[in-house]
Amino acid sequence: MNVLNEWAFVGLFAVLAPVFPALPIVIAWLFRPRKPNVLKSSTYECGVETIGDTWVQFRVQYYIYGLIFLVFDVEMVFLFPWAVAYNEMSLFGFVAGFLFIFLLTDALFYAWKKNALDWK
Amino acid sequence: MEELCTGLCSVLAESGADAGLALFLSLLVGVLLVSGVPLITVILLIWIERKVAARIQDRIGPNRVGPVGLLQTIADMIKLLSKEDITPTAADRVLYNAAPLVSFASVVLIWAVIPFTPFHYGVDLEIGALYFVAIASFGTLAIMAAGWASNNKYALLGAFRVVALLVSYEVPLVFALLLPVMLAGSMSLLDIVNAQTGMWFIVLSPLAFVIFYISSQAETGRAPFDLIEAESELVAGFNIEYSGMKFGMFFAAEFLHVFTNGIIMAILFFGGWLGPLYYESPLIAFAWLGAKGGLIYLTTLWLRNTVPRLRIDQIMAFNWKFLVPLSIANLIAVSFALKLLQELGWAPRDLLSASFGELLPTTVILLIINGAMILYLLGVLRERGREARRESHDPRAAIANVGAAAD
Repeated sequence: MNVLNEWAFVGLFAVLAPVFPALPIVIAWLFRPRKPNVLKSSTYECGVETIGDTWVQFRVQYYIYGLIFLVFDVEMVFLFPWAVAYNEMSLFGFVAGFLFIFLLTDALFYAWKKNALDWK
Repeated sequence: MEELCTGLCSVLAESGADAGLALFLSLLVGVLLVSGVPLITVILLIWIERKVAARIQDRIGPNRVGPVGLLQTIADMIKLLSKEDITPTAADRVLYNAAPLVSFASVVLIWAVIPFTPFHYGVDLEIGALYFVAIASFGTLAIMAAGWASNNKYALLGAFRVVALLVSYEVPLVFALLLPVMLAGSMSLLDIVNAQTGMWFIVLSPLAFVIFYISSQAETGRAPFDLIEAESELVAGFNIEYSGMKFGMFFAAEFLHVFTNGIIMAILFFGGWLGPLYYESPLIAFAWLGAKGGLIYLTTLWLRNTVPRLRIDQIMAFNWKFLVPLSIANLIAVSFALKLLQELGWAPRDLLSASFGELLPTTVILLIINGAMILYLLGVLRERGREARRESHDPRAAIANVGAAAD
């Protein structure tokens, strides 16, 4: 199989993968009873009537973790080529990778010292 | 699978079919064969999960339907099929209905790159390891979508915890994943397994395996990291508004994800299909992979049913202040030591063709480094544990600590 066919396989897989869980849901849609009423299709929560808007603002800490993650995740993608080339790499390339990891660690310690990692 | 596809393709082309159609049909057969494995195992997995949980909790578990309750899952499926499916009027209909599909599909998609035996795999992508990380994070997206679209405060809180928890534990997971990639010099899962012919990576980098194990347990949202569906706090978490088959799909996806992670760990660290007589028959190779993956899967079930749930601040602190620095330190230590050995000429540059004897000095030195790190960590953990216990026994110190934390 050439590279194009490999990705054609993945593409076909990606198209078919949601079909597998969709199939039983569609079958259930054919057989299931349908007796909706206002109370049944209201928001459940804990059984008591809901108060106020749901999509409210939550604590900011969740977003800060999300931001720190984003920095790490994007930078880690760059580390994968470095890891693949590791065995054939010269000492220079190796040290360059180290500097990159060092900068990454530096960012983590900066966030740590700024108390961004504490749950507030 | 590869020969099967090309073989089928050529047979179809010879019988006069259009070349594009022949390719499409052979790919279709390949996709159905590969996806059949997770779809069939998931039915068995639900039974294993319930049976193991029951045994650990000193119960018998399902034992009524079929021999030793084996058909329980099928009975449950029939029950779920006949249940009314309620979509709350306040929910975002598109996202609400798409979330269970994406959740299950993201796990099944991982199986496209899993090599079952040296010759039977869906596709051997050059970026297989990266593909695994990318597809696995789709599951996170699905849970976020489910929590958000339900328009329910508890579900939304569950979704927010996903942002914090699943996303954070992906950082040490990927750092630990870098080590097998680095040792094998390839992201293809097939190459990673072949590179372990001389020595399994669990021996060369045990600490990376421990980090990968812990963070993959968090990635699947299992105890002690099961905050996204903490029943005692969030009623049911992100899936509170779901009913019928859609609810079932979330759980099928979770059970399958745990097993998939077991298989991935077997491939990355335990040599996949490698084992005595694996070259004799693909069935033996497949059995080795299944046995290793299954064993790791059972330990995750054991962990899930033994350890209590942690608080979110504890989980986040453990990740960002312990696991992430540790995974970086581990990466630096192992890569530096290995490079030094390679420059000295003591370690082979290509693990794919290295024999056991050539790898022996590398193995011993890396084991010593990893062992030293693990011993140091155990010492740190013991000290911290003692401090925490001392505080919990001294109420004044505990109160002072709460005050300090609130500042």
